Amino acid sequence: MTMESPLAEQKPRIVLQEYKLAQTAPIAKDHFTVKSFKKSFKIVIIRNEQNEMEFDMIGIHPFLVNAFRRLILSDVPTMSIEKVYISNNTSVIQDEVLAHRLGLVPLKADPRLFDYKEDASAESNENDSLEFELKIKCTYNKEANKKDSSRAEDMYKNNNVYSRHIKWLPVGNQKERFKESEVGPIDDNILLAKMRPGHELDLKLVAVKGCGRDHAKFSPVATVFYRLLPDVKLTRPVEGEAALRLQSCFSPGVIGIRHEKDGKRVAYVDNARYDTCSRNAFRHDDIKDAVVATKIPDHFVFTIESVGALRPDVIFTEAITILKNKCAALLEELESTG
Amino acid sequence: MEKCDDYSTFGDPSFYQKPIKEIQEKWKLVPAFLKIRGLVKQHIDSFNYFISVDIKKIVEANNKVVCDADPLFYIKYTNVQVGTPDVDEGFNISKSTTPHECRLRDMTYSAPITVDIEYTRGTQRVSKTGLLIGRMPIMLKSSNCVLNGKSEYELAKMNECPLDPGGYFVVKGQERVILIQEQLTKNRMIVEEGKYGIQCQVTSSTQEKKSRTNVFVKGNKYFMGHNTFADPIPISIVFKALNVINDQEICELIGISDVHKLIPTLEECHNLKIYTQESALMYLGSKLVAKRFVTSAYKIKTPADEARDLLATTVLAHVPVEEYNFRLKAIYVGLMVKKVIEAQTDSNLLDDRDYYGNKRLELAGSLISLMFEDVFKRFNWELKAIAEKTIPKIRATQFDVVKYMRSDLITSCLVFAISTGNWTIKRFRMERLGVTQVLSRLSYISALGMMTRVNSQFEKTRKVSGPRSLQPSQWGMLCPSDTPEGEACGLVKNLALMTHITTEVDEYPLIRLARNSGVQDINMVASFAIHSPSTYIVFLNGNILGITKNFKKLIDIFRMTRRKGYISGYVSIYPNHSHKSIYISSDNGRLCRPYIIVRNGIPLVTDKHIRELEKGIRGFEDFLQDGLIEFLDVNEENDSFIACYEHDVSVRTTHLEIEPFTLLGVCAGLVPYPHHNQSPRNTYQCAMGKQAMGTIGYNQKNRMDTLLYNLVYPQAPMVKTKTIELTNFDKLPAGQNATIAVMSYSGYDIEDALILNKASIDRGFGRCLVYKNSKCIMKRYTNQTYDRIQGPMVDVVTGKPMWKHSCLDNDGIIGPGELVQNRQVLINKSVPTVSTVHGTTNTSVEYKETPITYRNDEPSYIEKVLISTNEEDTTLLKILLRQTRKPEIGDKFSSRHGQKGVVGLIVEQEDMPFNEYGICPDIIMNPHGFPSRMTVGKLIELLAGKAGLVEGKFHYGTAFGGSKVKDVSEELVRNGFNYQGKDLFYSGITGEPLEMYIYSGPVYYQKLKHMVQDKIHGRGRGPRAVLTRQPTEGRSRDGGLRLGEMERDCLIGYGASMMLVERLMVSSDICDVDVCNKCGLLGYCGWCNSCKSSAQVSSITMPYACKLLLTELQSMNITARLTLTHYCE
Repeated sequence: MTMESPLAEQKPRIVLQEYKLAQTAPIAKDHFTVKSFKKSFKIVIIRNEQNEMEFDMIGIHPFLVNAFRRLILSDVPTMSIEKVYISNNTSVIQDEVLAHRLGLVPLKADPRLFDYKEDASAESNENDSLEFELKIKCTYNKEANKKDSSRAEDMYKNNNVYSRHIKWLPVGNQKERFKESEVGPIDDNILLAKMRPGHELDLKLVAVKGCGRDHAKFSPVATVFYRLLPDVKLTRPVEGEAALRLQSCFSPGVIGIRHEKDGKRVAYVDNARYDTCSRNAFRHDDIKDAVVATKIPDHFVFTIESVGALRPDVIFTEAITILKNKCAALLEELESTG
Repeated sequence: MEKCDDYSTFGDPSFYQKPIKEIQEKWKLVPAFLKIRGLVKQHIDSFNYFISVDIKKIVEANNKVVCDADPLFYIKYTNVQVGTPDVDEGFNISKSTTPHECRLRDMTYSAPITVDIEYTRGTQRVSKTGLLIGRMPIMLKSSNCVLNGKSEYELAKMNECPLDPGGYFVVKGQERVILIQEQLTKNRMIVEEGKYGIQCQVTSSTQEKKSRTNVFVKGNKYFMGHNTFADPIPISIVFKALNVINDQEICELIGISDVHKLIPTLEECHNLKIYTQESALMYLGSKLVAKRFVTSAYKIKTPADEARDLLATTVLAHVPVEEYNFRLKAIYVGLMVKKVIEAQTDSNLLDDRDYYGNKRLELAGSLISLMFEDVFKRFNWELKAIAEKTIPKIRATQFDVVKYMRSDLITSCLVFAISTGNWTIKRFRMERLGVTQVLSRLSYISALGMMTRVNSQFEKTRKVSGPRSLQPSQWGMLCPSDTPEGEACGLVKNLALMTHITTEVDEYPLIRLARNSGVQDINMVASFAIHSPSTYIVFLNGNILGITKNFKKLIDIFRMTRRKGYISGYVSIYPNHSHKSIYISSDNGRLCRPYIIVRNGIPLVTDKHIRELEKGIRGFEDFLQDGLIEFLDVNEENDSFIACYEHDVSVRTTHLEIEPFTLLGVCAGLVPYPHHNQSPRNTYQCAMGKQAMGTIGYNQKNRMDTLLYNLVYPQAPMVKTKTIELTNFDKLPAGQNATIAVMSYSGYDIEDALILNKASIDRGFGRCLVYKNSKCIMKRYTNQTYDRIQGPMVDVVTGKPMWKHSCLDNDGIIGPGELVQNRQVLINKSVPTVSTVHGTTNTSVEYKETPITYRNDEPSYIEKVLISTNEEDTTLLKILLRQTRKPEIGDKFSSRHGQKGVVGLIVEQEDMPFNEYGICPDIIMNPHGFPSRMTVGKLIELLAGKAGLVEGKFHYGTAFGGSKVKDVSEELVRNGFNYQGKDLFYSGITGEPLEMYIYSGPVYYQKLKHMVQDKIHGRGRGPRAVLTRQPTEGRSRDGGLRLGEMERDCLIGYGASMMLVERLMVSSDICDVDVCNKCGLLGYCGWCNSCKSSAQVSSITMPYACKLLLTELQSMNITARLTLTHYCE
């Protein structure tokens, strides 16, 4: 293990000082050229699960990374319930509040197969909207074996309305275009309303394509964010009790403890990737000079937490497509005016 | 005192004071206390006392009505009862009612007052039972209320919220609280600086009389003043009139060492040659204030007799005089003089008016009892008047007084008093306004806060700081934080959490106990012995009971019997060594609060007791019964040595505080870490907590209030306090936990403005429901006509209802679920044009349309429609309207630390900063809010809240306790967060990390009722007032925006005179006027009517208000003539 000073390193770093961030050297403001970018840029996919994806973008400007984040948040479209036609609602929940809750239910439907609705008041058609219905009525549970119970679930039927009660009504050729399993709420167990016997819901729901800028319900992600890759360096050996203390100042796995032959316990940096940058080493006067936590300014750990309508990698490529289109539109605009 | 069991430890400093072990979980006594007492028990107790005891006393005191016309005639009340609330269903059938039914149907929640009477009909003696004399509004949750002792399930069946505290009345559908009234104690001597010098004042108050007696010094003489005497009376003459003839005995009764001070006063007698009681009374008789009404002939008395009567009954009315034995009164007057003389030399002996031992709180029960007694007397007087008028007449049927006992006098009088708050009692010439207020149902806390409010009788306009400032004796009794700002500051107060207000306790057992404990009857004591140095005078509720030599024993016996439960726990006894007096109090309205008793430096409550309490074996009452805890009132508190914490307990300690946070009230109890805040901030929060939207009660969806605010997704705060749990605020919360980041952003956050995240709003943050109601009643008129509702008017061409009526159902009433726009009709009502003509049952009645329309620029949904009847059996229609509102720019939010702010900007989530976990704040708050406000509590709340989030638990921010910053920081560190609560954030706009670490975490935010939508206003042209032709005033009338004096001054100073003309005349009430140059009067149409000519009439413009002034002056016979010149000349 080398004990070199991190400041001596060539690459610029962002140092996490006690009260503020500092940059070791100004980031080289070299001109952005596709060629050099192509050469230096790298994507490493760390994790790609059903709804969550983590990957590294190395050698890229924060502006670009941020542009992707922003595009995913508010420009990548999804389908969401936008209109609720209430034929009957005798439950205690107010019509608007119920409609708002329904709107926030994430839907399974590939937005790429739909068009934006031109005019909000226009008649919906098979290409721009999905229709659902929610018809449910709460009654007393007549099953004999559950009569003695005083739990609401046993006493009543349908006392809780869940997202699974939403039924898809195919319009036009939608029946052929989609399978039953491809359309509907992503999660079956979202509680929408509570009811008691005599309460009834009879709703028609219309979902349209929209983007997160209009309403958060159209956002394809729960959240999307990135962070700079942390790097931790020890400037001097830390031993014994101080080593344990140092370990506790970082997230688990960041600092390892090595047992030397002479029984000494020495701290070493194991894996700084998942450090949360809590800077708790500054609490201890004796070790705060022994460690320097930095961030690599062009190494981004990008995380997409999809809501489920689209896979996270698809969301990212969609964002790139949108960026492309936007650039093209801008260029076109510039050319036409210039 | 101190006993040491082991002599070997004697002198060893380490054994001096063994630290008392802390009693674990001692605070659990507080919920135990509140479980039996509740937060508004003082109101309910007081009302219960009135219903069960006081009303009987009143009826007994006025139990006989006789009549001058017939000596045989009498009515005697033998019993009185108040039943349970019911409602008349017609045909003399009544059914039991619930408070909620009364609220909905605009009725009064009241119960019948019935009496048993015995009276004469002719020569017969008749007795009747259960005779209705009136109806008494019933306090909710009192002993006569249907809600009393009901389980949660039963309450829910009655549409009542189980967490509702009760303690208010439902009168004509309105919830009204009788506020607690604070006033100076009655029947006590108050020595203070008066008009001429030192004075001793006593306000006597008995069932019959109220009077004020003054003993004061003027020059070197002592006088007594009373408003039945025109002039001050020299004390010596008063004594003589009180049958103390001997000058020596006068001196003995006054009992001061330096008799010379009395000589000028005594001389007065000799100058006036008054040596006997007779002559003294004659003298007093000559000083009587002339009576305005001379009563009937047989009552003529000599002035001396009248003076004697006055001395016996009115002067110092509370001191009993039996068979004109003035001895006790003489001693009392002597004591008053003594106090004046002593206070002349020693200003320490002056009493403090603002001291809470000298205050009494008047509650609903005693106020209603005053009102009831007054109206009951009037009721009897009216019966008497009827009897006197009717009996002499010769009639076919015998005079039966029962037929004349009408119940509406008492009913309407009580209902009127409660519904208006005007407490007029003619007997005492008392007239108070605003005694009752509408229960504020803005939030649960505002309702609760109102029930604990204490209103002072002090005038709000006077600029004296004394009554407004915080009194040390207020400790633990009244909340130090909860008071409004502005004119009522310090005059309106709130009870602390554990305060109890006493009800009256019977005096008789106390007198017996005192006698048995060595108090000598004052009537048996020689005059010179009363003021002897070794004796203490014993007072009971302001009256002299006797003297004692061994006051310590007396006090010990009283305290012991009280702790044993032989006498009421609310009796207080305390010595005043400078007065050399022992005061025993058992009167009502004293503030008191429970304390743990400490004996020999050891608190009697131990961990064992608390464990028993936890198991439920032991209740708070058991603690009282076992003599472990007792109630101390303010006066006795001052004779005790109370430790705040266990480590403060020493051998001399007598009591231990149960829990310090109980010194705050309900509203201040919501603030987490209030002991870290600058104190005005807590006061601000107390005011704002009452404006926060949230939940009203579990029955909020069944209510139909005129205005009701609800939050769509209310949350319990992340950082709780013990008080929050005790008041059930966590079950009926008013606010949401917002993730805040303390940083500056965009410049739209100056002056406390907040930045809101749009995605948070989209997901339901700060969303609220606003309910309003609209109601009408369907009247029936004397000529057989009645209001009617017609179906919607249909357009002839389309066959559809016209736009205005498009929301109406076929019955002419709007349907639930409809969306109404401005000016659409809710109820299509019409009223007959002729309603006064009698008899004619004309078939063709003409109707005028009087529709109930919706007036609001924003549309509303119809929540529900209620059709019912009210008490008078007329049809009542109520419509509940609903709006759902998202937060918008300008809406007001506040944290729980008096940090209010309006929304300055709503930002897209993508532009918001985010941290390494991807967390994006809901609110961005500017850090400039902190340094000058010093709300450190908010910083700690954020930290504790954040730690609570990562650990999945609630932290406590209880006053004088709560989770410590150190522990909270440790929890953060354990979960990989920075110990200071500061995180690394990335800018959402540039994508780069922010240079500084950002303090971020959850803080409980309240949405306040002030919303832009209700305030937004502006106008170009619009309506004008008829009289002045100036634009109308106020948003509700679409009024103009006023250019006030100060704005005018600016324009004058700037010299923009044409601008002024434009603002003040052209844009307001410009008016063309014709003026005659010859006579200077106003003409019209180029014609001067006084000159009968149009030769010299010119037209000018002036404000219409000026023209109006000229004409109005003319109508008063003042001619204002205008002289016109060309303005270029």
